[in-house]
Amino acid sequence: MTILEPFMLRAALAGVGVAVAAAPLGSFVVWRRMAYFGDATAHAALLGVALALAVEMPVMVAVLIVALVTAFAVAALEGRSLAADTMLGVVAHSALALGLVAASFLTGVRIDLVAWLFGEILAVTRGDLAVIWGGAVLVVGLMWWRWSALLTATLSPDLAHAAGIDPRRERIVLTLALAVVVAVAIKVVGALLIGAMLVIPPAAARAFSATPERMAVLAGVIGAVSVLGGLELAFVLDTPAAPTMVCVAAGLFLLSQAAAPLGRAIRRG
Amino acid sequence: MSLIALRGLDVRHGAVPALTGVDLDIAPSEIVTIVGPNGSGKSTLLRAVIGALRPSAGTITRKPGLRVGYVPQKLHVDPGLPMTARRFLSLPARVGDAAAQEALARAGTEGLASRQMSELSGGQFQRVLLARALLSRPELLILDEPTQGLDQPGSADFYRLIERLRDEIGCAVLMVSHELHVVMAASDRVVCLNGHVCCHGAPEAVASAPEYRALFGSGTGGALALYRHEHDHTHGDGHLHGHGHGVGHGDVHVHVHDAAVAHGHPGESAGGRGHGNSSGGDIASGNAAHQGSGGSSDAGGRLDGDGQGGGHASEPSHRDGGLKERRDERHHGSRSDQHASPAGGADPRNGGARS
Repeated sequence: MTILEPFMLRAALAGVGVAVAAAPLGSFVVWRRMAYFGDATAHAALLGVALALAVEMPVMVAVLIVALVTAFAVAALEGRSLAADTMLGVVAHSALALGLVAASFLTGVRIDLVAWLFGEILAVTRGDLAVIWGGAVLVVGLMWWRWSALLTATLSPDLAHAAGIDPRRERIVLTLALAVVVAVAIKVVGALLIGAMLVIPPAAARAFSATPERMAVLAGVIGAVSVLGGLELAFVLDTPAAPTMVCVAAGLFLLSQAAAPLGRAIRRG
Repeated sequence: MSLIALRGLDVRHGAVPALTGVDLDIAPSEIVTIVGPNGSGKSTLLRAVIGALRPSAGTITRKPGLRVGYVPQKLHVDPGLPMTARRFLSLPARVGDAAAQEALARAGTEGLASRQMSELSGGQFQRVLLARALLSRPELLILDEPTQGLDQPGSADFYRLIERLRDEIGCAVLMVSHELHVVMAASDRVVCLNGHVCCHGAPEAVASAPEYRALFGSGTGGALALYRHEHDHTHGDGHLHGHGHGVGHGDVHVHVHDAAVAHGHPGESAGGRGHGNSSGGDIASGNAAHQGSGGSSDAGGRLDGDGQGGGHASEPSHRDGGLKERRDERHHGSRSDQHASPAGGADPRNGGARS
């Protein structure tokens, strides 16, 4: 059983940690149509990596800071003259390009771009594990605490206002959670595939969920299965780990679509 | 005392003024309906009342601890979001199954608890929204065009339900509607809005007010009138208080542009009703002329044109008393219309104005 190799065990734990954190947040990303927002924040993370290497600070801290700044900048720019997705497209791709250019300026430091773009889950250390699970617990706790308010604000900002909930505050909660997820996920799945871990598991869970809670939990299960299945498959086929995990998630999504009629029957019954 | 009191409320959308100088009081257990053409600020007013919009001037005073139930105009449930009716009722505060069942039953939607919100019909959806609003045991129920997308019998049913709920749980109702014909029947008081309060009062009185006619036309047979506002005007300070004297007439509060225009309104109003009683108009015109010469402030410009000459009923504290008094009088068969409460003449429970 390959999963019992120490580095495989660490990789599995790291991947499951990211899946757990990404599930409730990813559900909101789907419900609020924020997929592009997630991408923009994740792509900006590469800039964080370059920053961390330039000033010699922990990568996850730098990524967290840059992700936060990007997320709030995007939120502030929203509602201007351009449509939200246009604005996000501008930010997402500019951030990615800027990160790549910034990385090229780093002389003396060797930066493994492929690792930061697509993750390096097999190189996860014990210290990384602690940070990943710390972040996961933080995000899940935050989402648990604000769950009802977040759902209400997602359904209708006016409904939230009438119930004494400030939708802007809930949006900040989501933005914070997103920055944390990006920071803990960058080493595991890389800047380019964080968006996939956010969106695909909830999308696959949708067909089998009658309530938002069930969808979030099921997304966590699907995410964890994708991580473990992807790792195993990557080991057997000698393929890159994170992309293989995303491929498994995508396969599960396809299955869920095929099984959606069955799912509807289950929900009714 | 009022549940909620708006004074001189201004709301802007960016630089564009959406509402100017709105005064409004909601008394306990009255049904107040806001009518007005598209873009007249109806939803803006409700959104300011629930706190979703910040007024640029003026005050909104709520009774301390006021419980508000809100039914939004349109709620889009993203297809990606699974949400049963039962789960929806527990937003944002969890409620027990018994309470949820009771609320669904009150709103006339038993048996829908396990259905997905996205699978409900328009009417069912609105009723589930209503059931959710009822769960906070509201003292004030706020509905923003609750029957949009329902057919006519559907909306008539919905307004009857609102009226019944008011009677059962005693909440006040503030709603916006397009459907003038149905609204007129189900309201104690109607506020005609067009960026400002054009006129307000009992439904019958508002329906015959020239300001209202100007906005909605008169011969529409209950259908939506075309928007043709001939009175796009600047307001003077005068606040004319003109009474018709027909059976079941309430009063209508009319903002007037100047004394000369004021002259015609109450008379038209009475004439339009076919009562031929123009005494209100005559007196009002006299008063209006008086006001014109007086050049008075807003408070001083509130005149009474009911022929009795007594000043009364413009202050909110008096209003609520007036509502009560009015009901008692109805019971005793009094036809007195002098108590110029804004809700006067339209108390549905006594049926006076309805038939």
